[in-house]
Amino acid sequence: MEQYTAIVDVMLRKSILDVQGKTVEHALHSTGFKAIEQLHIGKHFKMTVTAASKDEAFSIVESATKQLLCNQIMEDYSIQILSGNA
Amino acid sequence: MKFGVVLFPGSNCDQDAYYAISKNLGCETTMLWHKDTSIPSDIEAIILPGGFSYGDYLRCGAIARFSPIMQEVAAFAKKGKYVMGICNGFQILTDSGMLPGALLPNMSMKFVCKDVYLKVENNSTRFTSQFAQNDIIRVPIAHGEGNYFVDTDTLHSLEDSNQIVFRYCDMFGEITSDANPNGSINNIAGIINKERNILGMMPHPERCCDSVLGNDDGLAVFESLANVFHQL
Repeated sequence: MEQYTAIVDVMLRKSILDVQGKTVEHALHSTGFKAIEQLHIGKHFKMTVTAASKDEAFSIVESATKQLLCNQIMEDYSIQILSGNA
Repeated sequence: MKFGVVLFPGSNCDQDAYYAISKNLGCETTMLWHKDTSIPSDIEAIILPGGFSYGDYLRCGAIARFSPIMQEVAAFAKKGKYVMGICNGFQILTDSGMLPGALLPNMSMKFVCKDVYLKVENNSTRFTSQFAQNDIIRVPIAHGEGNYFVDTDTLHSLEDSNQIVFRYCDMFGEITSDANPNGSINNIAGIINKERNILGMMPHPERCCDSVLGNDDGLAVFESLANVFHQL
């Protein structure tokens, strides 16, 4: 068995207005950061997974993401599996 | 003919619900602990109260559904018994998939705590039979994440099958965007499942059941449920 590092990012679906992101974007604009646009706020999870292979690690993390970390009615996710305990 | 009120770590409206049902309504009520692994067989209706179960960690309602009592509540509902989620209870029901949709942060990004007007859009449910159709009631809300969202297809299906039970309105019953306190799609404040035994709503009827508080508009929700039992 190997240890892998998994990174899961969960973001609001594009079709849903991210009011929190908009509020922060407006705050940045009023602070003078006019070049910044399309700011979105999401959740970033980092964990280690013990699995026989990278594929198995991915499938464990994807299953956990679908069951708990992400509510797919309103959120999308992306998963990265890195070798070793990063 | 008994009600159960579930207490999660972080619930804060459990005593309001207990008081409204046991004192104002006069029905026997039992508190259920989140670690309970069974529901007494004489309980006919369960209230998931408001609050911040598990600190709202991850998402509102996301962790509560994994508590032992929620497995029992899901089985209880499958038998056709009555479950009502108020505020955080509604968030738990949507996050666990027992009701469609999700509750997003309020459009204003502010926690809103005030009285709102609701239109009773469907009085033919077991939770609303003591109201008249299109009754306008005044009920408090207190939430930061009550912006009901659902995809377009499910929304049409909810509307077509008359599953919208309460909608935010003004004091004259007009469904306007000004009367919408949180940005909920189609001013939805409360919905029921297809089988008509699970109700979720963001407003707090349990907080307006006693005339000493100056408003008892919410009592009819619990009277409706009690009336079901009398008919059994």
